[in-house]
Amino acid sequence: MSILPETVAFYIVAVVVVISALAVVLMRNIVYSAVALAMSFLGVAALYLLLSAEFIAAVQVILYVGAVLVLILFAIMLTHDSQSSRSNPANLQAPWAGVVAVALLGVILAVLARSTWSQAQSTIGAVDLTPLLGELLFNDYVLPFEIASVLLLVAMIGAIVLARQR
Amino acid sequence: MELTLDHYLVLSAVLFCIGLYGALAKRNAIAILMCIELMLNAVNIALVAFSHYLTPSTLTGQIFALFIITVAAAEAAVGLAIVLAIYRARRTVSVDEISLMKW
Repeated sequence: MSILPETVAFYIVAVVVVISALAVVLMRNIVYSAVALAMSFLGVAALYLLLSAEFIAAVQVILYVGAVLVLILFAIMLTHDSQSSRSNPANLQAPWAGVVAVALLGVILAVLARSTWSQAQSTIGAVDLTPLLGELLFNDYVLPFEIASVLLLVAMIGAIVLARQR
Repeated sequence: MELTLDHYLVLSAVLFCIGLYGALAKRNAIAILMCIELMLNAVNIALVAFSHYLTPSTLTGQIFALFIITVAAAEAAVGLAIVLAIYRARRTVSVDEISLMKW
């Protein structure tokens, strides 16, 4: 049984993603958490590439790493108390949160172990799916697409109103 | 050894639970938002993996993931604006001290 290069790539990326996600949660300093979050976002983008979703991978890098993370870093910068090195403390319910998270993981894995999937007969090989995605987005899914653009406009106005100096 | 859907689903579940732990156990409101982004990412991995392995010709999962990314961006913008507004009013971002609506 030979090991495919995709499998090796998947395991490397998976380890990077999980370790950086753990770092986001466990780091004492929130700035380090944000940097680990960037690592995790990039790892997820690599996973999308492995799943032949190139457009989603590009959107992930541009939107999450480029926009959301910069936003988070700005918020940290504006609210950060540089005196304390423990800017990302856990609260009193952390042990219970751990129990809940592990329990949920157990439930999901148990369900996964019992499910069987009807695998598609032919997976599309090396086809560029991006034109198809655009076609779907502007034909079948044009209404959600427009609603999403209105939502973004509302969110933008809302964020400006909320963050405005009064 | 071939990659299967289960590889991605297990990874997605692990990532989601890490994010859930962080969202429940963190004091800093920005850290909670970061963990919510982690959870949304985990869901996106599952959706794109489903799309790739189960319905490769219809791409429903990828479209869904795109909309989730859009809504996540809007959520992050509004959420961080709220955090900044709270910080301006109360000089703290610790959710334990923001208990105005707690009885």
